[in-house]
Amino acid sequence: MNLFRTIVLVAALVGLGSGLVLTIVQHFSVQPLIVQAEVFESQRTEAEAPKPHDHEAAGEHDHLAAAKADLAAQEAHEAAHAHDADAWEPADGVERFGWTVVANVLSAVGFALLLVSASELKGGLTSWREGLLWGLAGFAAFTLAPSVGLPPEAPGVTGAALEARQIWWIGTVAATALGLALIAFGRSPVLAILAVALIAAPHVIGAPHAAEAPAIPRKLEHDFVVAVIVTGFVFWAALGALAGALRPRFGGA
Amino acid sequence: MSHADLRPSAASAALNPSRAFPIVAAFLFGVVIIGGVGFTQMAVAHNAAHDHRHSIGFPCH
Repeated sequence: MNLFRTIVLVAALVGLGSGLVLTIVQHFSVQPLIVQAEVFESQRTEAEAPKPHDHEAAGEHDHLAAAKADLAAQEAHEAAHAHDADAWEPADGVERFGWTVVANVLSAVGFALLLVSASELKGGLTSWREGLLWGLAGFAAFTLAPSVGLPPEAPGVTGAALEARQIWWIGTVAATALGLALIAFGRSPVLAILAVALIAAPHVIGAPHAAEAPAIPRKLEHDFVVAVIVTGFVFWAALGALAGALRPRFGGA
Repeated sequence: MSHADLRPSAASAALNPSRAFPIVAAFLFGVVIIGGVGFTQMAVAHNAAHDHRHSIGFPCH
């Protein structure tokens, strides 16, 4: 079987398995906290939403101007939060859970593609234990490193501009993954020093930070960060070990 | 037959250009999937993958 098909097939199986593990762990760890945080998030959204203009205060004579002001406030509010109120969203319950499962599995397949293809550069995984070590590296690069500067945000925790955070997140993951690879496979101390500098660099540059205070209690914010990181750890351990266990069954390619 | 026999020299096999292309292609496939699920700002994609994005620690809102 050619190598591309082998990688995709292994990653699909690994993604399905680890995506389901993620779903189960997340359902009991992160999900209840998301639901709690959303209560605070929606309370704040309601508090900030523009109120219908006050007839007593505005006087009855200037309806058009008041209506325009309402509309402008509404638009500004929507733009600030980048939420399209009219867009489809899954109904709570089975539908919402179903889409979460789909997203979990798809994303897990994506992560498995990265892990399995990267490990092929070293000749391919040979055992579950080797895969587990790769999974721990994945956890360090994709969960730990970005969480240092951008702690996982519960609903109601407002960050800096989304694009800036996404760019920092991606840059940090890439620098950490490359640094870990240099440490593991580099042949000289100079490369190891370079690797340490590369892993530290995004944090020296610093993550974009929000001016706005979170809408949720401090304890909930904290518990959410812990839940996401521990869930990520279990997910990556499962993903790596599964990849290591399955890859040898598909031959040398 | 052990699988190790099929890969006598992992390092040299890894540098073979005929292996490099499928490896890079599979890697990019993974990047596209993660980008689509985790980073697309389209409202529908955001709403469908909302809980997933929060659980993975992707920048979401």
